[in-house]
Amino acid sequence: MNADVVLAAKDGCRRSLARTLSALENNTLDIADALSIIGEVNSDNHHDSTWKIMAITGAPGVGKSCLVDKIISQWASQGKKIALLAVDPSSSRTGGALLGDRVRLSVVDDIMLKDRVYVRSIATRKSSSSVPAVVSDMAKLLLALGWHKIVVETVGAGQSEVRCAAIADIIVVVEGPARGDGIQAEKAGLLELADAVIVNKSDMVGARKHADEIKQSFELGDGQIPPVLLTSAITGDGCQFASDVLLTLQSTGRSSKARWRERLLAGLEQRVLQNPHLDSVLLSLAAGSIELEDALNKLNN
Amino acid sequence: MGAMIRVVVAKPGLDGHDRGAKVVARALRDAGHEVIYTGLRRTASQIVETVRDEDASFLGLSSLSGAHSHLFPKVCEELRKAGLGDVIVFGGGIIPTTDRKALYSCGIKAIFGPGTSTTEILRFIEVATEMDGVGVGDSNDWYWQGD
Repeated sequence: MNADVVLAAKDGCRRSLARTLSALENNTLDIADALSIIGEVNSDNHHDSTWKIMAITGAPGVGKSCLVDKIISQWASQGKKIALLAVDPSSSRTGGALLGDRVRLSVVDDIMLKDRVYVRSIATRKSSSSVPAVVSDMAKLLLALGWHKIVVETVGAGQSEVRCAAIADIIVVVEGPARGDGIQAEKAGLLELADAVIVNKSDMVGARKHADEIKQSFELGDGQIPPVLLTSAITGDGCQFASDVLLTLQSTGRSSKARWRERLLAGLEQRVLQNPHLDSVLLSLAAGSIELEDALNKLNN
Repeated sequence: MGAMIRVVVAKPGLDGHDRGAKVVARALRDAGHEVIYTGLRRTASQIVETVRDEDASFLGLSSLSGAHSHLFPKVCEELRKAGLGDVIVFGGGIIPTTDRKALYSCGIKAIFGPGTSTTEILRFIEVATEMDGVGVGDSNDWYWQGD
């Protein structure tokens, strides 16, 4: 990767920014090298003590992209420079991906705001374990280039997506109405990481009831209770309030242990996958010449 | 992990017919490419900005409205102006054969009409990827005429 491209990105060239991000994604550029090329960037970022990276996650179809569109519009019109990293799954069969988040994003069409908004669609690709690392590197790069806030939108469906969310400073979980009775294990996994919950589609029946159920379930737990907000991305109801709350949201701290657990597992998984002995260990395992325990010990060294 | 081929599939202008674009997007996905779909009724500059920000190497334009002779050259022109001359552009939809020559000469490298198999489109992507100098800003007059 040519250093000139990174420097052009620093000068504000959007194409070079996109290329630098691709280089990180394709492993042809190391984040440490990129950051040293960029050096110190003058930015008002240092004075902002609130979060830098926010993850927005939730089940497919709850309205994440529409809501993100509304929220980013609000922030951008307040002068913030926002980058959105929209993560979508790759097909595990073919490795291909259909990245459709842009269909719901109107903020990139707003002539007044589009220079303050950068949107990048990211596919999880075949080795999904490296996604959290890639997304984290991309976020670091964008922050170094002077973008104020990085929003990571993921499908809250699989492990790699939850781990993507775990790289963020704060995690917002989006829910929809009539999504079950609030004690489903799957939801518990995601909700225990949340610093805020937004129940979207408040124009539909059951949204308020669902929000109340989530609040009640939080009240049963320990620690600071995250805000539970109602929005309707389609009518705009509650979106202004939600974007104000989210902009200055502090991490509740209640999820920091769970988050570090995800980060630790992601790091460990990547370390195992990058171990030069992985192939030989797998062959020995397949041949039955070593036990799983031995293999783990070998890879851990 | 090698570089993936990233393709933007776009619907320029006032045209609500996206069945074809979705079939092509799906075929490209199933062939292992990363497809970014823009949705309906995009302007030329919106499409160019998407290609730029997503770092796509291919752009597929779909039009069934009859405005292709206006819209496709406009997109090609704006790509070149934005310094995206290396992007390879192809088109599809209802495009009469008499209109095609002008589109090729403005930098479109393939035009796929009704009845085209998705295999042919994938083959075009494969062949064009291997070629040098077939971007919308290059003066190469090659275009896809089947295998």
